Amino acid sequence: MAEFRTCPDTGFKIDLNADKLIKWNAVTAVVFLLVGGLFGLLVALTRWPAVHLLDADLFYLALTAHGLDVLLVWMIFFEIALLYFTSAILLNSRLALPKVGWLAYWMMLVGAAITNVAVLRGDSSVMFTSYPPMMAAQDFYMGILIFAVGALLGCLVFFATLYVAKKEKTYEGSVPLVTFGAITAAIIAVFTILSGAIILLPTWFWSLGLLSHIDTLMYRVIWWGMGHSSQQINVAAQISCWYAVAAILFNAKPLSEKVSRTAFLLYILFLQLASAHHLLVDPALSSEWKIFNTSYALYLAVLGSMIHGLTVPGAVEAAQRKKGYNKGLFEWLTKCPWSNPVFAGTALSVVLFGFLGGISGVMMGTEQLNLITHNTIYVPGHFHGTVVVGSTLAFMAISYWIVPTLWQKELVFPGLAKWQPYLFGIGMGLAATFMMGAGTLGVPRRHWDMTFADAAMGYDFPAAANLMMGLNGVAAVMGSLGALIFILNMVGTILWGKAKVPAPAAPAEEAPAAVASAATSHGSAGTMEVPGTFVLALIFLVSFVLYYFVNWKYLSSVWGLS
Amino acid sequence: MAIFPPEQRVWWNEPIEKSEVMWITIAFIWALVMFFMMPYWHIVGEQNLSNEAYKIKPDVYAEKVEAWAAKYKVREEGDTGIPVVHPPAGGDVYMLGRLWEWWPVVELEEGQSYRFHLSSLDWMHGWSLLPENINIQVHPGYEMIFTVKPTSSGEFGVICNEFCGIGHHTMVGKIHVVAK
Amino acid sequence: MSDTGSNEKIPFMQQLLDSPFLLLAIGILSPMVLYILWGVMEVIATPIAQ
Repeated sequence: MAEFRTCPDTGFKIDLNADKLIKWNAVTAVVFLLVGGLFGLLVALTRWPAVHLLDADLFYLALTAHGLDVLLVWMIFFEIALLYFTSAILLNSRLALPKVGWLAYWMMLVGAAITNVAVLRGDSSVMFTSYPPMMAAQDFYMGILIFAVGALLGCLVFFATLYVAKKEKTYEGSVPLVTFGAITAAIIAVFTILSGAIILLPTWFWSLGLLSHIDTLMYRVIWWGMGHSSQQINVAAQISCWYAVAAILFNAKPLSEKVSRTAFLLYILFLQLASAHHLLVDPALSSEWKIFNTSYALYLAVLGSMIHGLTVPGAVEAAQRKKGYNKGLFEWLTKCPWSNPVFAGTALSVVLFGFLGGISGVMMGTEQLNLITHNTIYVPGHFHGTVVVGSTLAFMAISYWIVPTLWQKELVFPGLAKWQPYLFGIGMGLAATFMMGAGTLGVPRRHWDMTFADAAMGYDFPAAANLMMGLNGVAAVMGSLGALIFILNMVGTILWGKAKVPAPAAPAEEAPAAVASAATSHGSAGTMEVPGTFVLALIFLVSFVLYYFVNWKYLSSVWGLS
Repeated sequence: MAIFPPEQRVWWNEPIEKSEVMWITIAFIWALVMFFMMPYWHIVGEQNLSNEAYKIKPDVYAEKVEAWAAKYKVREEGDTGIPVVHPPAGGDVYMLGRLWEWWPVVELEEGQSYRFHLSSLDWMHGWSLLPENINIQVHPGYEMIFTVKPTSSGEFGVICNEFCGIGHHTMVGKIHVVAK
Repeated sequence: MSDTGSNEKIPFMQQLLDSPFLLLAIGILSPMVLYILWGVMEVIATPIAQ
């Protein structure tokens, strides 16, 4: 029988198995964020031309480890914790199959450790993408496969918990929107893991000498089904966190359940097609395949993101206006708790993800525009705009709520926590921007020496390119400091945090029925208009349109290709 | 609230708030514009990557490139003595990527169109023409053919932007474009 | 839960969105067919150079 405790802050019934699994997965995630983040700092310091810290072999080793540990391991461990939270806890249910949950945890940990050892040994510096025919040691692939099976088991526990909760009627009606977002993330995760298995299993056999050849193009098509989709898990999970924070801090209700859930449905159907973003300048794939897939079928997943971009701040605006912050367009926004890291991190995540990650991703995911961005450092610039200042920042923000709540402890450094989202968000946001700037000048990604000092024939980048790579280094140092403060705060809170004094009932404890009576029965936000959010959304759209066409203009100036 | 089940048992029939409807409409129109930009550019734009590609064995491709280079070689360049090849305007141009060079150096004429062949003999490489910033993924075993029309003259660098091992950063080639 | 409309039939779309396992199936099928299968077929169909 499952045992439960009641959360003093929220009134949620918490299954002790879920409690423990969430904690272990989240803490492990943070450890990998530390390891992967340190490698990232080394990479940024090496690409800073005036510093050029590491030697070439160590640089490629650090870059491989950086990609694996943060893009994959940190993200997936944290997401597994979120899956257990959004299923067992938000549905007031027991966690199904806790033993499988532990098996999943240990497989992920052992798999990640095996691959890390292979990389650190120095014979598997093949980058996160491990394109053949460049071969890593066999345990590099084996570790990832073990990790992937573990993650798949974690998804199984999540889906089984949904089933159990429904069967045991632990909730009425539909699942909460946040849980629905988590379902979206889990569905994408299953596709991600299957694609990974389809291609990495033969690649592992090849590294063992059992297969003689892996077709490089086939590998890239299927591998990116995993590589890109794994980042789409983050997007879905991060947007769930946005909705959750709006609900927790503001009692905000989605403007419309129907619209937000349909936006998630567009993700389920189309988001994963964007794996084609990586194959737009590859041979042998037709323009039809490229255009259809890269555009997520008519940009329907982008439509989904643009909807979330309106409804999350919209829900906050509606809630704030209901409280009386009605002056002008933006009083609701200025009266937000900007010194609360849960809010500040989330707000920055929404804005930076949209402006830096979102717009750049759509631009370079356009079939022809990819010609002027492919494999330049613009690409890492883009995904630091999504996975770092979007997902990682959102996960940090919600950790400031989850960790004190689940552990029932006070933050150890509340003063630092106020500044941390800004330090990290702005630091990494600048890093992403400088990388994109350098990429526009053609600076390559995954490259040890852009001065080509030991090359037979050289190429001189304009001074601006070197300057931007230097500024990227400075910004990355700032961001790393932000990440370090976050990690210290979390680890410190868990280890030495003072026990929380039972607080008076938090707003989130309010029963849904009570909230319902406050609003009209139709439309979760009542009939509240959200003019401020609408204006912000229009500003976003105008920036998007301008940036998009500026790049077409740039493309039209290069050599003719047909 | 988003962390609780919806209040209404049937929420699908709830009316949608006006600014949401407007935003969805605008966003959808923008999505269509972006989608149709791609086929539109295929029709009117000057920068489209062709879909012509063939499977080819690396040694077969190497022979083709060498035969072509021998035929149209005009001089050698630099300490390595890498051949500079000047093919007839409008003809075929070959380039190959291998650890760690782009071979050979090519000399083209401004304003002329060429059928450009590209493949790798060993690992994957990234063909990056600078400062134009045109980037193409190069696979071993696949020959890609596209038409190139240089619209500016001078010396252009070709660097590798797909990680190809420890000498990756030394992989630099050249294309000269002579003015008419 | 409000009392109003408790006998109302649940619309098809809501039923779909309330069925995680159905969504799981289409969420895997859609990219498997449109992205992977179509892509792999094009790779396989690449002609051999003369």
